[in-house]
Amino acid sequence: MILREIAHSRTGDKGNTSNISVIAFREEDYKLLERYVTAERVKAFFSEHVKGEVVRYCLPNIGALNFVMHNALGGGVTCTLAVDIHGKSLSSAILEMDIPAK
Amino acid sequence: MKKMRIGSGAGYSGDRIEPAIELAEKGNIDYLVFECLAERTIAIAQQLKMKDPEQGYDPLLAERMEAVLPVCRQKRVKIITNMGAANPLWGMKKIVEVAKRLKLGGLKIAAVMGDDMLTIIRQGDYTISENGVKVSELEGRLVSANAYLGAGPILEALRSGADVIITGRVADPSLFLAPIIHEFGWSQEDWTKLGQGIVIGHLLECAGQVTGGYFADPGYKEVPGLARLGFPLAEVSENGTAVITKVPGSGGRVTPATCKEQLLYEIHDPSSYLTPDVVADFTGVRLEQIQEDHVMIQGGRGKPKTGKLKVSIGYVDSYIGEGQISYAGPGAVSKGRLARQIVLERLKLTGVKVDEIRADLIGVDSLHGPLLSRTSSDPYEVRLRVAGRTASMREAIRIGSEVETLYTNGPAGGAGATKETREVVAMLSTLIPGSLVKPEVHYEVIT
Repeated sequence: MILREIAHSRTGDKGNTSNISVIAFREEDYKLLERYVTAERVKAFFSEHVKGEVVRYCLPNIGALNFVMHNALGGGVTCTLAVDIHGKSLSSAILEMDIPAK
Repeated sequence: MKKMRIGSGAGYSGDRIEPAIELAEKGNIDYLVFECLAERTIAIAQQLKMKDPEQGYDPLLAERMEAVLPVCRQKRVKIITNMGAANPLWGMKKIVEVAKRLKLGGLKIAAVMGDDMLTIIRQGDYTISENGVKVSELEGRLVSANAYLGAGPILEALRSGADVIITGRVADPSLFLAPIIHEFGWSQEDWTKLGQGIVIGHLLECAGQVTGGYFADPGYKEVPGLARLGFPLAEVSENGTAVITKVPGSGGRVTPATCKEQLLYEIHDPSSYLTPDVVADFTGVRLEQIQEDHVMIQGGRGKPKTGKLKVSIGYVDSYIGEGQISYAGPGAVSKGRLARQIVLERLKLTGVKVDEIRADLIGVDSLHGPLLSRTSSDPYEVRLRVAGRTASMREAIRIGSEVETLYTNGPAGGAGATKETREVVAMLSTLIPGSLVKPEVHYEVIT
């Protein structure tokens, strides 16, 4: 299945750094997120899009992960050549990530 | 237990206006906060101020004030906003002018000054946080340098009885933290309470983004009434617990899911969210739906502030030239690809110097590139977009022109060409000791 079936997501930007939250719809699915949505997989998923490090923070208190992706926005909102200057649509991309079905 | 209610009237400079009027009229709020200052906005405002010393505040300031001042005056709702941008003093004068025109008396307006660090940054030896380069290397291209102030000067204005407070750069959540501290008399060293206050401010600062805006995904996350989305308000208790809600009958939803998305919006390490007032920790936050569109928030914590302040620095970085053109029908994508190839070749042939260039097919792969953009069939229409970075405006103009000339020189059926150029004012940041920043509050009273 794809991530969209069990989680939702929002992207934020600070300079050239993008952060993507991945939040379980149901608390019991948080363990799946923690297990399968690793920083390494997210880095590989975005491949050439994210040029820097990807760091994952876990928030079991709200059933969510937060990915901080460095050098990910072509210079950031003020100077990028991209159509999506903030990287806001990256949250839609990550929801297509495959994870093993329950 | 004592309670106060605080509403969020704007999530960015161009935001909708009538949800703020709705909050003031029907939200039973004590404070209405407008956060309108994106990272780069202040640099652009600074450029306006350099041309005209009476400009440089938010262009929608008068319109917003005309809309909300009468009802806020009547209901004694205090207004706090960073719409002062690069010129809070003249922003204050504008508010006075609006109030007089509307014949609203008995108002004290305050302007918070002192975030402008351009002189100090020029004189000192500072290193840019993002790339380790010395700030002095930007000399000649520097446009603005503004420190993120904390709740302190707003608190001072509230204690002096100000009804409307206009600031320049202040950390967004601190705009909300200040009235909470003021109402409850919290110590400015009660890190736990301040951390929870920052959580509340952070949830409110993007207005509609916590009430169902930037959230809807049909079939997965439904949000009713987005055309008349209600903006949020928080009912905060003296112990820091808060309930996020909105005016009954307005559009949108407030659920743990909308609050969780906003809690992590633009956050890096959730255990150390640096603000001028406190280092907030979101890792103990608990959210609970207590009734429809009411979510209780508790468990935010904090650690002592670092004593350093972030200064965001605006500078002229480059120029961007851009052109777009559309193709439709059978072969639309192939024609778009051919057009792309022609423009890139022309830019080389004619010697346009670009530092960086990008050519996307909108409708195919413009957002996420070929790897993530899988399509099973060709779209009916595509739009080629070529954007390039150059060192001069002259060169930038040539990029759009090379797209436009596809009309008569490119593939069949090229349609709707547009071109534009812009100067890029980019932002970087540095840290300075908080002791160098000396905020001042100016007042005007309308009798």
